Amino acid sequence: MHPIGEKYLRKEGLPFLWCPGCGNGTILGATLRAIDQLGIIDQIAFVGGIGCSGWIPTYINADVMHALHGRAVPCATGLKMSDPKRKVIVFTGDGDCLGIGGNHFIHSARRNIDITVIMVNNQIYGMTGGQVAPTTPHHAKTTTSPHGNPEVPFDACELAKASGATYVARWTAAHPRQLGKAIAEAIFHEGFAFIEVMTQCPTQAGRIIHGIADSATLLDTLKSNTIPVKAAKGKNPEQLEGKFLLGRLFHDKRKVEFSKSYYQSAGIARSSGRD
Amino acid sequence: MEKQAFKDIKILQGNEAIVEGALAAGCRFFAGYPITPASEIAELMAQILPQVNGVFMQMEDEIASICATIGACFGGMMACTASSGPGISLMQEGVGYAAVVEAPIVVINVMRGGPGTGIPTAPSQQDIIQAKYGSHGDYEIIAVMPSSCQEAFELTYKAFALAQQYRVPVYVLADEIVGHTREKVRIPDGLAPVERKKPLKKEDYKPFRAGPDGLLDGMPAFNEGYKLLIEGQLHDEGGNRAAHLPEICERLTERLCKKIVNNADRLYDFETCFLNDAEVVVISFGSPSRPAVRAVKDARQKGIRAGYVKIRTIWPFPGEKIVELARGAHTLIVPELNIGKMVKEMKCAAAGQMEVVSLPKLGGLLHTPREILEEVEKRATACTP
Repeated sequence: MHPIGEKYLRKEGLPFLWCPGCGNGTILGATLRAIDQLGIIDQIAFVGGIGCSGWIPTYINADVMHALHGRAVPCATGLKMSDPKRKVIVFTGDGDCLGIGGNHFIHSARRNIDITVIMVNNQIYGMTGGQVAPTTPHHAKTTTSPHGNPEVPFDACELAKASGATYVARWTAAHPRQLGKAIAEAIFHEGFAFIEVMTQCPTQAGRIIHGIADSATLLDTLKSNTIPVKAAKGKNPEQLEGKFLLGRLFHDKRKVEFSKSYYQSAGIARSSGRD
Repeated sequence: MEKQAFKDIKILQGNEAIVEGALAAGCRFFAGYPITPASEIAELMAQILPQVNGVFMQMEDEIASICATIGACFGGMMACTASSGPGISLMQEGVGYAAVVEAPIVVINVMRGGPGTGIPTAPSQQDIIQAKYGSHGDYEIIAVMPSSCQEAFELTYKAFALAQQYRVPVYVLADEIVGHTREKVRIPDGLAPVERKKPLKKEDYKPFRAGPDGLLDGMPAFNEGYKLLIEGQLHDEGGNRAAHLPEICERLTERLCKKIVNNADRLYDFETCFLNDAEVVVISFGSPSRPAVRAVKDARQKGIRAGYVKIRTIWPFPGEKIVELARGAHTLIVPELNIGKMVKEMKCAAAGQMEVVSLPKLGGLLHTPREILEEVEKRATACTP
């Protein structure tokens, strides 16, 4: 086993329940390398939502809460507020975060609470058999959009930014090093940090939406459908049509963080005393 | 007789007494969402918690409220949430999650009439079955039910103690009458906060390893070095998912239920009066206990051999224990602020040994003592002044 895995994995949970060729292992690896670099595993509370990616933290030998579908962010909120020194990292899928958990997501971003949300976007409900998600492309066929998706998808990063998140980045499973760097930055950032990781899902999205069950080909597609923000500079809208921007898309260090702000005003209330 | 010492005697609204009881127990986290008739609890928590190093959060909805409460609980704080009707319905998935991860949270339901938006400003006891069966799957909870502001204080404190001891979500089932009544509340002196014990050993600690009584060893918090895996899927002792392992799933489901059912004798909490010679017994809980007690005392004045039982811990339901104590009676009368729900539990416990009469009250009103007295008079065979 790789030394990072040896050091951080909860071995009694192995083997992983993911399909061969899944991107979740890459994302777990990038996360562990980032945490190893920061050397703060003991200060972290991990929370997972429901869906394939919600299982990521359950393989980490640390304090982990595997929450209800869509409710990882409010569980994380309770963990953060009960001890603001703690760093909280949430793993959630696109359906978990933007569908059933959408309301919790936008309000937590609005509060700018110091939580890092890593949203793994495979464009589909994978674990339940490939149903249409809030991120499924328009017209794409899935098991619940057999005639083509009549709805248009969310841009999760735009939503996070508009809701008040203060760190927003997007990478793909084809960019593990850049992703690891972004995760370290997000953990270090004091405020609501959101990272969208576009990933390949050979079993469901690959087979059903793209007609490709091969991970390597899907990873190539991820690369060709995206463009780093720096490379996108100077390109006209036609050249960027249909491409997702990669990199750090937004970073605001000035907006006040919620738990800090709460405990500061609570300090004022405390000095006034009770009764 | 020794005079009991009181730290304070206050005139409190029931909802305020609930807050005082929670704070006395050591509650330092509250997450909620506004709803009538429970809002005063959130308002007072918002006022006080920051002053005692606690956290108040108004969340985006009740689902988030109960989940943040569970998160804070594992974060190391004693935590509760409060709501009513529609909000409590939204919380049900969280109640089931708390049951399976054995989170010692307290859920306060100041009951209003339902279903749907229902009767927001009037009392009911229509959610007593929901409290036990509201979430999906097999699990058990504990529920206490105050009938006065004093009990609102005492039973809320007790709810926190029971939650810690049994590692289970505990309901405080108040109703709009209790919540909005103002009464004298005696706050005892030297009431210590409920203790949250840490596990005996950190090495080889397993978060869901239970003793022979089905109860877990202490309650560690996140980031204390225990490496907790809190898993909402059915799990083994270490918290590892076990949905593919029937024997482990069966064992966990049984333990979650039996840790309450097997300890029911210790959990029962009810008051009785005049049961020795009673031929008719009124069984009540929550607000209807007030007119019920009055009616039974009035019946005694008239020479009717009436008695009463006032249930304070409604789940687990002490039906069989009540039948044993009231075995001299031929009729039990059950007044409740719903279509007649707990009367079915009572009938089941009575198992045909005595007649069980339902006295429902709907529409947001409370029984008058006269209504209950009339029923007692109708059922009594003898009147011996």
